[in-house]
Amino acid sequence: MPLTGTIRVPINSDVDIVKARQSGREAAAQAGFSHTDMSLIATAISELARNILRYAKHGEIVIGHDDNSGKQGIVVVARDEGPGIRSIEQALQVGFSTSGGLGLGLPGVRRLTDEFEISSKPGRGTVVTIKKWRA
Amino acid sequence: MEVPILKQYHYLIATIQAALTDADLLHLRDALVQRVGKFRSRGVIVDVTALDVVDSFASRTLRDIAHMIRLRGAETVIVGIQPEVAFAMVQLGLNLEGVATALDLEEGLAYLDEKTKTMSEGSSGR
Repeated sequence: MPLTGTIRVPINSDVDIVKARQSGREAAAQAGFSHTDMSLIATAISELARNILRYAKHGEIVIGHDDNSGKQGIVVVARDEGPGIRSIEQALQVGFSTSGGLGLGLPGVRRLTDEFEISSKPGRGTVVTIKKWRA
Repeated sequence: MEVPILKQYHYLIATIQAALTDADLLHLRDALVQRVGKFRSRGVIVDVTALDVVDSFASRTLRDIAHMIRLRGAETVIVGIQPEVAFAMVQLGLNLEGVATALDLEEGLAYLDEKTKTMSEGSSGR
């Protein structure tokens, strides 16, 4: 998938969470998204970056544009080489969390976005890809 | 980025002026819980007008602040949640349950005046 103007934000500390969501907001603004959608994208990125920091300690958020199908879209890939997720099905259930958090992380992120994909291998890491199309 | 906390009569007003890291939010929480005792404040206003994102961590920390301040004997009101922030919070399933909110600083002050008035009437009646 061709991404134009891709931004890569390494996630190693809580300062990087703020950087990642600000980059997402800027990318969404460039693509002409509404203020509401800019907030949704920034919030989703914040949650994904936080998951990286909490579960894997290190990883990256990659933000790009997708205008493949004639639609304007933002693609965000959150990637880490952490412990991975044992049961994706369980992780996507509202209320499930292994870290004693709110347990809203992934189902919440899924609700904020138009497309949501996750792949994970225990011991190898996790990749979450989300897309938001411009209305 | 440290959040300035202003003491005004019986109230503390914390105005968030830019995006905060998790550490900044925890620092704000600790500072408010300390100062509400130091200044014997009856109410706390946290103004989040400048925040463009309130994610799960920020939401949980704001709730913790309100609950801790209540345990210290004072009231908290969160003011200035922007429309798009409210939208994203609801989509994410965050509702700040049990936490008072108001449209802006003015409404927040009115809320605290009302709330602390009944508090002092209630205590003087005993």
